[in-house]
Amino acid sequence: MSTTTTTTAGDDNKWIGKRTVRPDGADKVTGRAAYAADTNMPGMIWGKVLRSPHPHARIKSINTAKAEAHPGVKAVVTAKDVVDFPIAKSVMLGIQDMRWMCRNVMAREKALFVGHPVAAVAATSEKIAAEACKLIEVEYEVLPFVIDVEEAMKPDAPVLHDHITFEGKPSNIAGKLEHKLGDVGEGFAKADVIIERSFRTQPVHQGYIEPHACLVSVSDGKATIWSSSQGQFMVRAMCAYLTGIPQNDIRAIPAEIGGGFGGKTIVYLEPVATLLAKKSGRPVKMAMTRTEVFHASGPTSGSYSKVKLGATKDGKIVAGEGTYCLQAGALPGSPIRGAAGCAFAPYDIPNVHSVGYDVVSNRSKVAAYRAPGAPIGAYAVECVMDELAEALKMDPLQLRLKNAAKQGTKAAHGPTFPRIGFVETIEEAIAHPHYKTPLAKPKNGVLHGRGVASGFWFNAGGESSAQVNVNEDGTVVVITGHPDIGGSRASTANIVAEVLGIDYRKVSVLIGDTSVIGFSNLTGGSRVTYASAMVVTQSTENVIGQLKARAAKIWKIDPEAVIWENGEARPAGDNAGKFEPMTLGQLAAQANATGGPIGAGTQLNTTGAEGGFATHVCDVEVDPELGIVRVLRYTSFQDVGRAIHPGYVEGQMQGGAAQGIGWALSEEYIYDKNGKLDNPSFLDYRMPVTSDLPMLDTVIIEVPNPKHPQGVRGVGEVPLVPPLAAVSNAIHNALGQRFYSLPMSPPKVLAALESKTAKAA
Amino acid sequence: MTDIQYLAPRTLDEAVQAFAASSGKGRILAGGTDLLVQMRAGTVTPHTIIDIKKIGEMTAIEETAGGGFRVGAGVSGAILREHPKLKKVWPGVVEAANLIGSTQIQGRATAGGNLCNGSPAGDSVPAMVAAGAIVTIQGPKGRRELPVEAVPKGPGRLNLEPGEIVVSFTLPARPKGSSDAYLRMIPRTEMDIAVVGCGVSLTLEKGVCTAARVGLGAVAPTVLLVEGAAKALIGSKLDEAALDKAANACRAACRPIDDKRGTIAYRTQIAGVLLKRTAAIAAERAGRN
Ligand SMILES: Cc1cc2nc3c(=O)[nH]c(=O)nc-3n(C[C@H](O)[C@H](O)[C@H](O)COP(=O)(O)OP(=O)(O)OC[C@H]3O[C@@H](n4cnc5c(N)ncnc54)[C@H](O)[C@@H]3O)c2cc1C
Repeated sequence: MSTTTTTTAGDDNKWIGKRTVRPDGADKVTGRAAYAADTNMPGMIWGKVLRSPHPHARIKSINTAKAEAHPGVKAVVTAKDVVDFPIAKSVMLGIQDMRWMCRNVMAREKALFVGHPVAAVAATSEKIAAEACKLIEVEYEVLPFVIDVEEAMKPDAPVLHDHITFEGKPSNIAGKLEHKLGDVGEGFAKADVIIERSFRTQPVHQGYIEPHACLVSVSDGKATIWSSSQGQFMVRAMCAYLTGIPQNDIRAIPAEIGGGFGGKTIVYLEPVATLLAKKSGRPVKMAMTRTEVFHASGPTSGSYSKVKLGATKDGKIVAGEGTYCLQAGALPGSPIRGAAGCAFAPYDIPNVHSVGYDVVSNRSKVAAYRAPGAPIGAYAVECVMDELAEALKMDPLQLRLKNAAKQGTKAAHGPTFPRIGFVETIEEAIAHPHYKTPLAKPKNGVLHGRGVASGFWFNAGGESSAQVNVNEDGTVVVITGHPDIGGSRASTANIVAEVLGIDYRKVSVLIGDTSVIGFSNLTGGSRVTYASAMVVTQSTENVIGQLKARAAKIWKIDPEAVIWENGEARPAGDNAGKFEPMTLGQLAAQANATGGPIGAGTQLNTTGAEGGFATHVCDVEVDPELGIVRVLRYTSFQDVGRAIHPGYVEGQMQGGAAQGIGWALSEEYIYDKNGKLDNPSFLDYRMPVTSDLPMLDTVIIEVPNPKHPQGVRGVGEVPLVPPLAAVSNAIHNALGQRFYSLPMSPPKVLAALESKTAKAA
Repeated sequence: MTDIQYLAPRTLDEAVQAFAASSGKGRILAGGTDLLVQMRAGTVTPHTIIDIKKIGEMTAIEETAGGGFRVGAGVSGAILREHPKLKKVWPGVVEAANLIGSTQIQGRATAGGNLCNGSPAGDSVPAMVAAGAIVTIQGPKGRRELPVEAVPKGPGRLNLEPGEIVVSFTLPARPKGSSDAYLRMIPRTEMDIAVVGCGVSLTLEKGVCTAARVGLGAVAPTVLLVEGAAKALIGSKLDEAALDKAANACRAACRPIDDKRGTIAYRTQIAGVLLKRTAAIAAERAGRN
């Protein structure tokens, strides 16, 4: 099986589009890379969190006296130590509302889920800190709880937050979002075929291998934070808001990150460790166990949704309607924008009504997870698309092709699409050997099926900063402000080497902490390579301008008469004069004599990130006696704009498919009757392992984004959008039976097959 | 976790003495793939750890005079796999032990630890039960033997006296036409815990099953020896009717729980499916012996 690239991007590049060696590779495979928990300091002590044993309880009092008196304990903090953001007024920081953030890092009036932090202790050892946590006396008034999204929406459900009302009544519905296009009533009236179905998905965790961890030192009122996150500037701002230390007195240093997938766009430990460090006067290290990660860090929402599509006989979709109810967890903020916004976006549908409800319940607050909400949106729409194709007796890819959004299509969530590559993903899928290869015949009772699905993600621009410096020896150091999660260092080096015309190995890319580089927004939203490329390109072009000026100075000609080509300054033509070209190295060596160090920085709020589309084809086999589904072949077709580093792009595509297959087949949060998560480990939270998956094939399609210097679109998120439906549709194709809830785990599949046999008998 | 005494005696007597002296606060350490995980999670907090990997008798595989094998309780899965004869005579036992964990885990995990951890889902146990393995136990009061199925008492609980250590498993010699097999159902392909495990050992004479034993895991508080299933197979040609009967006997023997790993209905149904599949593999192997 293989990878192919279809490009309209032209390929006379030397570095862009090449599989250069990853700069972090050797350190990672030799264990030298320093992750968040790898930093230590003299005098360091350990922080531990006391967590609520109840899913819902009013905190009547907290007595920390015994813990404070315990030998070895240096500090204890509770919500009293965290800056309060009163409920009455929303204070937004990025996508987070500080009212909820302050209550998420430390329970205030109420404990809202099992695992909710209630207090924290710093002591001379982890063991003492854990012992001291047990000495903290918390008086709870235990309240009725609700876990499930549908239960939470019922009128008689226990209400989590007194101040939240919906339609005038206290409610767990914390927000509503609506997208409207045309008139769905009129649309459905024209339809010959209408299909409406309901779907349920379970919360799934991002599953990063590195648990949250940090080390914080506070001295003379100034805090230094080492932590693993998707944005050191987010860490700094959050800690400033939550501890009251001004931003200039906080330095947030990004550690190497062991996976985030959106789940590290938020803080849990950093503000707590900062408060403990401030109180104790000692550096404080905190690290979650895997169990804590599952109990208290964000999964993405579980959901209940309903989708209706109507089409005319010839396969033209005339109306689409969707309702998405997403679990936010204990505090508002589920990704309804991604669910309701992305669901119908791949299609040119004149009449759309898409609604999202943000529903709180007694589970951990959700955090972003690759294309937040979009997989939930697409799951319902793409499964209904499959039924529509069946009803219309159309090939499911042809149905998608016929209705595909293209340049000029008005999307329900707002934009009119510029040049996009969705049609290409479908055409490539139709033409691919995977789609043409006949399925294996049933053997030993094992059945085979094929399913397809498509998906959309917004992608994002936003703030980025970069500094490009030429060293005395002619090498180059680039500093950006984004933690590298998906290969941004290698991609950045490819771009700088290309623009400068020098060898990739002469370019080092580093990630600056908050004190050395300008503000850079989160590594998230598929934005980093997109936005970094813009600031890095601009900085590099500025550097080239300086280099030309230096050559002009040496040659005593006009800077306009110098060009930069293949890493050298040359006279623009014979009229400019006859001079030997000067290399970057030669110019760097003379930098001081010609005006001083050479370097340039750029800071931008980038715009023009255009949407990403993908189409996936999935083959499964089902063992109907065991109810086991295995994916046999999987191919992702994605318009990436421009693959700056194809190896990393494939990694993103494969990773998304793998996570989506897990979401579809085996991952779920299981709660016991006491409202406690019952499977907080990788043993029972079943993420796929390598042997569960076939080689995941990728077809990179390049329809360059006209608004970007290299044509980049975001890559990292849309790969997780189609898989849930692709797998589900494949199972239907194998069994002739549809499933409307995830995960399609063996007991569920077997039970469904048995009830079908029972009905038939 | 800092105040733990670690002992690595070279003789069984010393180990038994130390274990008995630890008065309930001691733990035997074989591969540690259960014990260390449990200590890390804080579910067990031993004061003394007695590592048995330096004891010769517990780490050796010997052929017995009659043509059977004595497998030390401290033999790792990786060593078991490499024994040239064992896997020919008892392929089911070896494949069951080799299903435990991953390559890394195989280098440490032992059948003794698998049994003594007391999990009803331990993979090697149903295969040992089907094989009719006899367990040798040594304690302060001396040596005794128990059939393997008599060792577990309930989840995490064993029929062992204080200070008793499992020394070895004795696997009987095999008549011609015999073999065994083990299959488990896990939702993933690896790194998972059996939702149902099934071991079948049988002997065929001219296509007729003359002896059989069936072990079932993860469907009751302890691993089960399912005599009803064996009875259904013995005397048959392993035809569909006999297999159906044996499968139903397995289902009838199930007393599972509904939990995060599987439902009662699912485990019960699968027990029968696995019996048929495992018996077919054992029979196919027996036909070659
Ligand atoms: C990643 C991973 C994957 C795993 N996968 C599987 C799997 O697929 N299938 C499966 O069945 N298990 C699995 N396990 C569990 C474990 O590996 C097995 O149960 C293994 O057989 C335990 O053997 P051990 O030698 O490591 O036992 P240890 O951890 O050393 O001991 C286990 C228990 O038995 C006691 N004990 C050990 N030996 C003796 C003895 N001779 N006499 C008396 N008491 C004794 C110990 O005190 C302890 O309580 C897995 C574990 C991990 C960490």
